[in-house]
Amino acid sequence: MSTQPPPPDPATPTADTSLVSVRGLHFSHGQRVIYDGVDIDIARGKVTAIMGPSGTGKTTLLRLIGGQWRPGRGTVAFDGVNVHALRRKPLYALRRRMGMLFQHGALLTDLNVFENVAFPLREHSDLPEALIRDLVLLKLDAVGLRGAADLMPESLSGGMARRVALARAVVFDPDLVMYDEPFTGQDPISMGVLMRLIRDLNNALGLTSIVVSHDVDEVLSIADYAYIVAGGKVIAAGTPDALAHTEDPLARQFLRGEADGPVRFHYPAPALAESLGGLRTS
Amino acid sequence: MNTLLTTLTAVFAGIGRAQFFLINVLAALPAALTRPRILAQQVHSVGVMSLIIVVLSGSFVGMVLALQGFRTLVRFGAEESLGVFVALVIVRELGPVVTALLVAGRAGSALAAEIGLMKATDQLSAMEMMATDPLKRVIAPRFLAMLISMPLLSAIFSVMAIGIAGGHAVGVSLLGVDDGSYWGQIRASVEVQDIVDSLIKSTLFGFAVAWIAVYQGYHAAPTSEGVSRATTSTVVLSSLAILALDFVLTAFMFR
Amino acid sequence: MVNRSLEVLVGFFICLGIAAIFVLTFRVASLDTVGSGTDTYRITGQFQNIGGLKQGSAVTLAGVRIGRVTQISIDPHTFQATVHMTIDRQYDNLPEDSSASILTAGLLGEQYIGLTPGGMPEPLTDGSELMLTQSALVLENLIGQFLSNMATQQE
Repeated sequence: MSTQPPPPDPATPTADTSLVSVRGLHFSHGQRVIYDGVDIDIARGKVTAIMGPSGTGKTTLLRLIGGQWRPGRGTVAFDGVNVHALRRKPLYALRRRMGMLFQHGALLTDLNVFENVAFPLREHSDLPEALIRDLVLLKLDAVGLRGAADLMPESLSGGMARRVALARAVVFDPDLVMYDEPFTGQDPISMGVLMRLIRDLNNALGLTSIVVSHDVDEVLSIADYAYIVAGGKVIAAGTPDALAHTEDPLARQFLRGEADGPVRFHYPAPALAESLGGLRTS
Repeated sequence: MNTLLTTLTAVFAGIGRAQFFLINVLAALPAALTRPRILAQQVHSVGVMSLIIVVLSGSFVGMVLALQGFRTLVRFGAEESLGVFVALVIVRELGPVVTALLVAGRAGSALAAEIGLMKATDQLSAMEMMATDPLKRVIAPRFLAMLISMPLLSAIFSVMAIGIAGGHAVGVSLLGVDDGSYWGQIRASVEVQDIVDSLIKSTLFGFAVAWIAVYQGYHAAPTSEGVSRATTSTVVLSSLAILALDFVLTAFMFR
Repeated sequence: MVNRSLEVLVGFFICLGIAAIFVLTFRVASLDTVGSGTDTYRITGQFQNIGGLKQGSAVTLAGVRIGRVTQISIDPHTFQATVHMTIDRQYDNLPEDSSASILTAGLLGEQYIGLTPGGMPEPLTDGSELMLTQSALVLENLIGQFLSNMATQQE
């Protein structure tokens, strides 16, 4: 380590301090290359944001970390263990240390709110009913929905469903919580609630969080560190402050939401004059 | 020609995938037995919910058979054999087949839609991430519930069709066949082997419907269109499978 | 949580199904155990023509079922049909010279074996062979015989 130049930013996570480290990741979906050599480190105890334009496979990254999908090449290590070298049983044991919040909550529709949060406890522990009840109510209280324990998922709003799913994701006190697009389609109030919850839970429970999102301002305001992924590669990384001064043109376009830039406003097409001219002669 | 080849390859790939899927489901079946509550819930939604339609259909099929059979038998002066006619047709064929077709339409399609929706809304993925195997928690109990319910429903159907709500009602009460000879002739001609074969048939039909339904649901495209397509193909494929399987089984059993 | 009414319904359904299977087995098929239990003895008989007799057909004495046909084969030397029967052990005093004939229940009904007791003091035992047998009545032969009799009478 001593022979290498010092990292440019003291906040940059290294392999030693990181809970998850992704190395040389390649992944293709059919013909489409989604990752083409990506290195990402997720620092322990921090909130790390993964940002990027739509369709860059940010959700894919979470599924790769969770071991649901296998990479073409490269490794994903969770706490030093290569996730994809594990057999089923140890993989499932490892997943108990991860929580995942799906985009729309993915609550089990045939169970009520209480049972949804109790689900991991009932599946993986033999705790007495009274203790399960206390644990579930505590977690529901933490997301502010203790009063909704008896409701069925279909009667919850989108934001409430995500909060219930968040309570479910942390009920086993995992080391890592992954958030898949937690802010999409939320009104400002429930967006604010979710942002506060992600930050507070991370600090209070000593979690490590990964937030995948393209809501730049929201996610940067709660993240300790951020990666911008586009075209199968990491194009920029750093603390939110550092990213604000990034030189990469694509990253700047993305962060500032400019309509034209490296990502063209126009879908590739022959010049407009040519197309229109063709019409006139016919 | 090329498209034909592609289609053919896709069909074979589908069949192969279904085989592997079946093996995984069968391996997960013992896990379903360790969760009696979930299994009970599924027996409720597959079996109990199909009960009314099976009871009603059984009665009507029995009545129609008795009417039709009587018209033909009376020409040979053999109307006393009405009971045998109804009982053998029901026990050997219509009981298992019609029940299976009804259950495929009522419960098989619902199974496929439910599983497809769970997939489309990431519920199956969420379970996987919570270290719970959806094959054990979701698929296996539904598969087993179908396997348990089908022969029971088929037996209920047969009893309704032959008994006082179906063939017996029309034959004895309406057409005046002697009650004693209705039952007597049945008992003289229907063998225990017929009942056993009937139960074997309906269990295998249950197996086929369960397999098709959970496969279609589990492999549905995670969109609303994909779910509706899975539901439709469950009913179509199940019906075809039931009838084809019935031919093969009948050829084996009643040589 | 599975609520109570659901459990009751499922239990009711399972019991209903099992009851239906029992009704089918005992009411419809009448699980007739005569001649199929373990407490039986076996006898054989050779017939020139068994007609529609098949495995499982009844063996009766004075119209009462006392056994069943277990196997039908061809004797390679006599080219006759050998019919194996099992008889309930409680009827172990049938005379050795009892005769067997293949009868039909009704004009077009099932065929079965009717035994007629003889007069010898020794009873039939396991493995005995019935010496006196009468073949099934084959309708075509009967009609043929009837017609040829008519022809001879007219001459």
